[in-house]
Amino acid sequence: MPSTSPVRQILDQSNRADPYPLYAELRRTPVLRDESGVHLVTTYWEIRGLLEDPRISSDVRSRAPGTSSPLRGAAEDETLPPAFIGLDPPEHDRLRRLAMRPFGPPHSPRRIHDMRGELTRTVSGLIDALDGRQEFDVVDDFAYPFPVTVICRLLGVPKADEPHFRVLVDAALAGLRPTEDPAEQLRTAQRGRHELGQYLWGLTEEHRHHPGDDMLSAWATDSGPHGSLSPIELVSTAVLLLIAGHETTVNLVTNGMLTLLRHPEELRRLRDAPETAPALVEELLRYEPPVHILPQRSPLEDIEIAGTVLPKGEPVWLLLASGNRDPKRFPDPDRFDPTREDTQHLGFGYGIHHCFGAPLARLEAHIALTGLARRLRDPRLVADPPPYRPSPVLRGPRHLAVAFDGLEAP
Amino acid sequence: MVADSAVRAFRRDGRIVIVGASLAGLRAAEHLREEGFGGSLTLVGDEPYEPYDRPPLSKQVLLGQVLPQDTDLPRRRAVDARWRLGTAATGLDRENRRVLLADGDAVEYDRLLITTGVRSRPWPQESEASLDGVCVLRTRDDTTRLTRRLAGRPRRILVIGAGFTGSEIASACRERGLEVTVAERGPAPLVGALGGVVGTAAADLQRDHGVDLRCGITVTALEGDPAGRLRRAHLSDGSQLDADVAVVALGAVRNTGWLEGTGLAAGPRGIACDAGCRAFDIHGIVTDDIFAAGDVARTPHPLFGYQFLSLEHWGNAVAQAEIAAHNMISPGTERRPHLWTPAFWSAQFGVTVKSVGVPSMADELVVTQGSLAERRFVAAYGHQGRIIAAVGFDQAKWMGFYQRLIEHAAPFPPSFHAVDRPGGGQQPVPARFPDPALPSHGPTVTLTGHSPSERRVVFTPAPA
Repeated sequence: MPSTSPVRQILDQSNRADPYPLYAELRRTPVLRDESGVHLVTTYWEIRGLLEDPRISSDVRSRAPGTSSPLRGAAEDETLPPAFIGLDPPEHDRLRRLAMRPFGPPHSPRRIHDMRGELTRTVSGLIDALDGRQEFDVVDDFAYPFPVTVICRLLGVPKADEPHFRVLVDAALAGLRPTEDPAEQLRTAQRGRHELGQYLWGLTEEHRHHPGDDMLSAWATDSGPHGSLSPIELVSTAVLLLIAGHETTVNLVTNGMLTLLRHPEELRRLRDAPETAPALVEELLRYEPPVHILPQRSPLEDIEIAGTVLPKGEPVWLLLASGNRDPKRFPDPDRFDPTREDTQHLGFGYGIHHCFGAPLARLEAHIALTGLARRLRDPRLVADPPPYRPSPVLRGPRHLAVAFDGLEAP
Repeated sequence: MVADSAVRAFRRDGRIVIVGASLAGLRAAEHLREEGFGGSLTLVGDEPYEPYDRPPLSKQVLLGQVLPQDTDLPRRRAVDARWRLGTAATGLDRENRRVLLADGDAVEYDRLLITTGVRSRPWPQESEASLDGVCVLRTRDDTTRLTRRLAGRPRRILVIGAGFTGSEIASACRERGLEVTVAERGPAPLVGALGGVVGTAAADLQRDHGVDLRCGITVTALEGDPAGRLRRAHLSDGSQLDADVAVVALGAVRNTGWLEGTGLAAGPRGIACDAGCRAFDIHGIVTDDIFAAGDVARTPHPLFGYQFLSLEHWGNAVAQAEIAAHNMISPGTERRPHLWTPAFWSAQFGVTVKSVGVPSMADELVVTQGSLAERRFVAAYGHQGRIIAAVGFDQAKWMGFYQRLIEHAAPFPPSFHAVDRPGGGQQPVPARFPDPALPSHGPTVTLTGHSPSERRVVFTPAPA
């Protein structure tokens, strides 16, 4: 182990199924400088402190020249300006506030709540379609199509275009996977993001002329007291949310089902007491979060932390999933315990960049996991561990084969 | 060892009475059970309702988004208590350890927790205060009455006092499209709590939202029509203002009147306690069977020169209730100090105001993020070369960082490079707090400067 650098180990696919022993080892040094020049922060209080520290930037343009990071967020692109996830205040605050207008409080407090019926019907439909089978793939048959249907409906993107933009979303996220050829990878990501932008721009123009009750229409036609998104800001926001809506909930639901199948007593409890779903999902966000690493931060000045210094302009990775397992924060952190009362996890991040879609993701996970727990008769894992997707950032199974003995009535 | 076994026996079958059945009282009761208190527990409350949450009363409830009766506090666990609701405590018999109740009954205790909180300061002229249309806002019933009046579309509402409650009421009125005048004695809204620099930003905010804000003005009289309905107000500049509703928002009075003559250090500024929430008697000697928590308590805080802080903050009530509960059932060596860093928030005119530390102790402030002109900023407050507070408008998510600076006694003015730095030089400016000797209702924090070691042999509690 010592011969391989921490960053290489994080990127190493063989650590994907269970990265937690590696994280535990890394936590011995809360802030660690890797040979790649990346600074890894792995402990809960240090991560949380940095997430509310105004001296650290989320904008990669704050990086010093000559620094590089083996993982790149989707924001590094010359053709489309970064969305708010890759910006600092004041621009971040303005864009996020405008993006929020059709999505949540104070302007749209009921949007998510009012989607409950539609979400439940979508889940029922996906489960009904499993009728007559003995085995299914949680990812391809359920956890992927569900949030994609939801984000399409929410944004106003035709579901029929999904095969087209699925490829583009995948390309846009190339930077979050390990690679031998960073230059080619960057080009792939930029091309993917650029084409997604063009696609969404075309759609927005349609919605501008024929607005519906979706978010693209709202952004295109809305003009609140704080102005509106410019066309290019709108596109970059839409690209961000389409990608985020695709790539995160799928992990949350799949990790959730995997964890429940590894803890059958919890699966039974959820089936018999669906009102425990919210607490279960919070523990899941701690125990197996969908996003493991925030690789995009850099300090605006030298920051003293945990007896060392994060130098100005150098890349910093915040290992959220490691912070969630920090024994200095959570007693018995490697135990999955949905009855835990103290679950202030970092699964959605913290501070001003706290997950924009968190209320939707929570509701999706509640409905999806409760639906599976109630309707699958005697579900069990076919392979454990399942095969994992290559990204150490958006970390989750590529497939999750589950055998079952038929369906309960809805 | 004797003490330990006494504590063990008390935990098993002692009698605890909590006077004050609101946030602090409820959380203390829950925490007592959480820590394994198995004895009898009685909660006494003057209002007829189970514990409810007050912050929404001046916000969502006034806006009609939440009904007054839908503000019950969520319960953390069962408390297995005897509830004496709708019955005020009227006196305390320390000799025989009995709380006297308004209905003539008495409840015996081994240990007492006082969480009676505060009430709104009434309009001083009783005949004017009883005019139809003159209101205060503190309780659920107050809010029901005021909401009903607002629904009747009054032509103009006069809010007397531009502290946090007055400002939130004015905000709700404007959001409902009602005409509102705010009369404030000081030079700006929120000036007592946040100082004149931030107060000026708050004044601009109010005026931009159509509030007829009049500062440096007092209301000298409220005038009714022959039917006893409020008709107009007379102001100290000689002008008059027609109004159908006047909301008196002149701050709060601690509910300590029932303790008069009991020999406890209880007065208009609250009940003086040690950092472990044990009440002092009038000689400054700590009692060991009477504790206080929440708005009614004031305790010395090491971070702020051991000055006695009395805080009307939601978070303080919860934290202090838990400390008091823990200490009530723990032996001396296991007791904990209440070291909560003051923090509160307010929502008004579309802006979330958040404060950490004790701004009113500051001499100077400097804007560290954002801009006052855009009313989107963080201001750090300094006192004798230290950061002692920070206030944010729509910047709530950074406040944890500033809290740590305060807790670590970071130097003022700060020199760090932050995101969203305001342009130009960042020279500290005077924070412009009013002279504390002048009468003002404003501050939610009162610094009284008496350390527990200070000898005070004459201390006469005035009627609250």
